[in-house]
Amino acid sequence: MKEKRLAVVNEALCAACGACEEVCPRQAIRVVHGVTARVDAERCVGCGRCAKFCPADNIRMEARA
Amino acid sequence: MKWIEHLWIVTCVYFALGLFNILFAWLGLIFFFAPLIIAVFWQSKAYCTICDRGRLFNLLGHRFRLSRNRPMPAWLKSLPFRYGFLLFFWAVFIAILVKTVLVFASLKDPVSAVTLFWTWDVPWHWAVPETDVPAWAVQFAFGFYSLMLTSTLIGLICMLLFKPRSWCVFCPMGSMTQLVCKWQARRAEGKEKRAFH
Repeated sequence: MKEKRLAVVNEALCAACGACEEVCPRQAIRVVHGVTARVDAERCVGCGRCAKFCPADNIRMEARA
Repeated sequence: MKWIEHLWIVTCVYFALGLFNILFAWLGLIFFFAPLIIAVFWQSKAYCTICDRGRLFNLLGHRFRLSRNRPMPAWLKSLPFRYGFLLFFWAVFIAILVKTVLVFASLKDPVSAVTLFWTWDVPWHWAVPETDVPAWAVQFAFGFYSLMLTSTLIGLICMLLFKPRSWCVFCPMGSMTQLVCKWQARRAEGKEKRAFH
């Protein structure tokens, strides 16, 4: 099930371009203060769209703990 | 926000205007100052959401499926490259300003060509206005238009070869505004720590 996955951003390399924020169907990933994209674990449904659209492949989908 | 998806038109209009009168290139300063102003006063990269260039790459790469959708090479998305590219763009911009001043001081003749990839001069003399316009204004316009067109072409090539928004990863304006935002975040953190103690 997709809810078993969570998007994880590599914040050190994130360019904060906002491509992920635009495609997230749940507004679960947002660029915070222009510094990095950050995932709201409560809202994320693990669809993987952010990971697919990230131009730098800086987002990976991980199994939730 | 459906309306922002049509902002790619701005890129097309900008370059089309420059075909008829190079002085329209000065409008490109909006694309330079707007992201900076938003970053400085609102600590935000909100401009990236409405950036017309990004919209164009989305349109061509995603909707028209022109992008190969391959991963970018690691060196191209690395931090050293991003910051190096930013420094390079600053150097180019400073060179544009220096040439503008040289023309103003009548130490150099103004150009009437657009330079692509800092190498190839493309004749563009028909776009030089016939009215009484200062030569330095024409010089700056050609320099800025060349920079804008070259960088758009780089973005288009990366859109085709890698992912649609690949340019956004190393865009100098993106890197610069992110640095501004990071600096502001660190300053706010420092103030908080001092307030605690």
